[in-house]
Amino acid sequence: MAEKKLKPEELAGSIDYKPKQKDWLDPSVEFKHGVFNYGGSPKSVEYLQQPNPRKWQPTDPDWQLPENWKQIILEGLKDRLDRFRSLRIFMDICVRCGACADKCHFFIGSGDPKNMPVLRAELLRSIYRNDFTLAGKLFGKFSGSRELTIDVLKEWFYYFFQCTQCRRCSVFCPYGIDTAEITLLVRELLNLVGVNIDWIITPVANSFRTGNHLGIQPHGFKDSIDFAVDELESITGVRVEAPINKKGAEILFITPSADYFGTPHYYTLLGYLALFHEIGLDYTWSSYASEGGNFGSFVSHDLMKSLNAKMYAEAKRLGVKWIIGGECGHMWRVVHQYMDTLNGPADFLEVPVSPITGTRFENTKSTKMVHICEFTADLIKNNKIKLDKSRNDHRSITYHDPCNIARGLGLIEEPRYLIKNSCNNFFEMPDNTIKEQTFCCGSGAGLGTDENLEMRMRGGLPRANAVKYVKEKYGVNFLGCICAIDKATLPPLMDYWVGGVDVGGVHELVGNALIMKGEKERTTDLRGEPLAGDEKQNV
Amino acid sequence: MYDSGKIIIGLIIFAGIFTSPFWYDLSGGKEALKAPVLVLPTKADQQVCVNTLEYMRADHMVLLNDWRYEVVRLGDRTYQSPDHKEFNMSLTGTCLNCHANSAQFCDQCHSYIGETPYCWECHTEINKPENMQ
Amino acid sequence: MEHWSLAKKGTLINVLFSLSAVFILIAGAIVGVDLIKFNFLFGVIIPYTAITIFILGIILQVIKWAKSPVPFHIPTVAGQQKSLPWIKSSKLESPSSTLGVIGRMLLEILFFRSLFRNTKSELKNGPRLVYGSNKYLWLGALVFHWSILVIFLRHFRFFMQPIPSFVLALQNLDGFFQIGLPVLYISDVLITLALLYLIFRRVADLKIRYISLASDYFPLFLILSIAVTGILMRYFDRVDIVKVKELAIGIFSFHPTVPDGIGVLFYIHLFLVCTLITYFPFSKLLHMPGIFLTPTRNLANNSRMVRHINPWNRPVRVHTYEEYEDEFRDKMKASGLPVEKE
Repeated sequence: MAEKKLKPEELAGSIDYKPKQKDWLDPSVEFKHGVFNYGGSPKSVEYLQQPNPRKWQPTDPDWQLPENWKQIILEGLKDRLDRFRSLRIFMDICVRCGACADKCHFFIGSGDPKNMPVLRAELLRSIYRNDFTLAGKLFGKFSGSRELTIDVLKEWFYYFFQCTQCRRCSVFCPYGIDTAEITLLVRELLNLVGVNIDWIITPVANSFRTGNHLGIQPHGFKDSIDFAVDELESITGVRVEAPINKKGAEILFITPSADYFGTPHYYTLLGYLALFHEIGLDYTWSSYASEGGNFGSFVSHDLMKSLNAKMYAEAKRLGVKWIIGGECGHMWRVVHQYMDTLNGPADFLEVPVSPITGTRFENTKSTKMVHICEFTADLIKNNKIKLDKSRNDHRSITYHDPCNIARGLGLIEEPRYLIKNSCNNFFEMPDNTIKEQTFCCGSGAGLGTDENLEMRMRGGLPRANAVKYVKEKYGVNFLGCICAIDKATLPPLMDYWVGGVDVGGVHELVGNALIMKGEKERTTDLRGEPLAGDEKQNV
Repeated sequence: MYDSGKIIIGLIIFAGIFTSPFWYDLSGGKEALKAPVLVLPTKADQQVCVNTLEYMRADHMVLLNDWRYEVVRLGDRTYQSPDHKEFNMSLTGTCLNCHANSAQFCDQCHSYIGETPYCWECHTEINKPENMQ
Repeated sequence: MEHWSLAKKGTLINVLFSLSAVFILIAGAIVGVDLIKFNFLFGVIIPYTAITIFILGIILQVIKWAKSPVPFHIPTVAGQQKSLPWIKSSKLESPSSTLGVIGRMLLEILFFRSLFRNTKSELKNGPRLVYGSNKYLWLGALVFHWSILVIFLRHFRFFMQPIPSFVLALQNLDGFFQIGLPVLYISDVLITLALLYLIFRRVADLKIRYISLASDYFPLFLILSIAVTGILMRYFDRVDIVKVKELAIGIFSFHPTVPDGIGVLFYIHLFLVCTLITYFPFSKLLHMPGIFLTPTRNLANNSRMVRHINPWNRPVRVHTYEEYEDEFRDKMKASGLPVEKE
């Protein structure tokens, strides 16, 4: 059932910020193709021992829920109110001031009023008020209460899978109400009755079994790392080592699986390999913990913990001293804000000290996991690597702050420092679209599927628009970022709204600029594209 | 993590602020809380005021303000009371004639409710001890 | 179009519902005091009840919140983290210390830092998205809340005897311009303007109108009616405030007394205030205590420095390395990856 794809100008023309629906308490939604994700496959749900595995689609009239689904959800809500102060506070204190309304990329790109963060939360709050507050019991509909019905459940599915947990609204909220928290908890509730999406639950199952989203088995993992080593040699003339599952290495390196299996992530992987070789780092990859990303964090805290457990377990088994994590967004939110709590304390590891510079990473003294950008920034600051900026002269670069990195970690200056030391042409996007105010790619939190393309293009509009601005103003042709989902989903977004802008990781740029001992004269960048000077010679 | 200690401290501060009038008033003792006692004129020719009791209690400041305006700006000095008696519009000449001691009259209520009228910035009170010398 | 008019009808119903609730309250006070002469009920019993509900209600609500733990360390960060010593970290927007968190919370509570960030996004032809600064909500909210605070503290001249000097100082400051007699309080003007703006934007901005519930209009109308009755009592239809203070002191010293001859306007004002504080612990007004407990603001961005403990951290199913190797051992060996068990 292929439906007509909207052209960019048609899509933009369809956006109207005046609410046109009737009263928002009415839960009816229409599942049009292009704006929702397919239901979770029973195989994956079953493998993970999650409730109610069955073959189903959101467009089915009957979602085949358990008989007592309503009781399950309400009891689940009660349980979560007792376990999460955040949920209680966020349910009770919103004043509906509306400051969040036009901060959500999905609202900006769709005009659907229920994509205003305040209303997204009200979808749950209305049920909370009805069943858990005095005001709801006394004043009913006037207090904004409504009963939990099957239509409400479907509405939840629709709108809580139209939130990428980017937390931009939370920055603007006078009480810091965090829609990501509400979204995750509602997804947990939905998961209790088997309502989830395949693009999340299947990667979780894969990750659980093989260590990575794509279900790549150990030998496949090794093959792709080996292949990258070969490729790097052909570009630089330097043969690097990439040890896997090496016991007693000093450092364990974990990065999203897309880095070794996706494009343009792959060029970032080449950058890591080159860098680690050049500084002579004693490190290892792991095939068991071969995934930095954690799609569990898009379904439930329990699945987040399940997947995340592998990092410390593997660090312990291999006997490393500490861990470096690669470029990824939500992986880092989990590592920074959850890992130590969920699976710590990491008392078998040491406080990270860079073996090259001797810098002690005090900011990671409990979790013992350092972000690759922190690590590399420290190398550059201490003049431990040589960079030839001109090798990135064919690029005019802007930088997209991944949501979780900017608003979860506050890791804002480190990647910029890397870019500025690897490139001559760097241009910032407008202030309201970067750093803590950065806009999501529109496809985070497990929503980056093809079937959801229209919604992704809508949600990505603010990001794309800011790139378009710097492209027109400064001739930007490269969008740097440090998030695997960004690298996967920004290219189609750029093609749709902007055109002529490549997407890549910051360590790809570092890798391009990195002068390696014994390297041959480079004529191409890590993508095999000619460098600026060579381009001219060729003409 | 519960932070119970911090929350309890916060609740105590909250309750303390919002119940402070109770503590404050209970600690002051009955004498301090007594409503103002006005010493009223006793002479026979001092029993009629320029307006009703209710009006004077709630609105005398407006009346005085009007008097000032009419005397200073318009030069009119005659005030007609609601029951058609005429009075000279004068704080010192009329009001203080009966209510001679401001400490026993004006100040009683004013300090009770925290008002500091600026009458005495210009007017002097003849009967005040320091003014009598 | 049909749906749109339905939404408009919904707004009208919400506004009318809240407005009539306030009028019913006013009528109730008029009937109760002027006709039935239930002065003791309105002057003593209801105030005591309201104060009790307000204080206990809030304490119980906060205890309810406090009973749920903060399982994870989830501050929303709005600035550079503390990482390498040579990178300047943002001590207030991304605090790594308790002092920084206190600073961030003070900025939030006293000056509404996050609202100050507010922007307005517009979609122009192109498509071109434009983000303009939009500080009206911040200004309106700030003026409103500060006015409430000043007015509340000013009222301590009725609650306390003798009057503490800070109350007198505040009162003088508020009447600084010495306009009229009784002197005009700036806060009275500001709170009225701010409330009118806040009501106006709820109705005028279509997005805000759409999200607004009756419970959003009601407190605005209620507080406006409190302000208006207060203003009427001071500037237009004055009541005998010495008697008002006698009543207040009676309440706070537990010697309740209802002096004769206080105008009905006062009882209306008092009844509306009692309604407000009774309503408080059961409504969105809980944002006052709630803001102190919001975990995205009151936690330091030191997640990797200090381990946060989750009291209910529970075991989950994990796929151990042993299970993994058991499944893939042959393939691992064949590709030359080291294994634990041969």
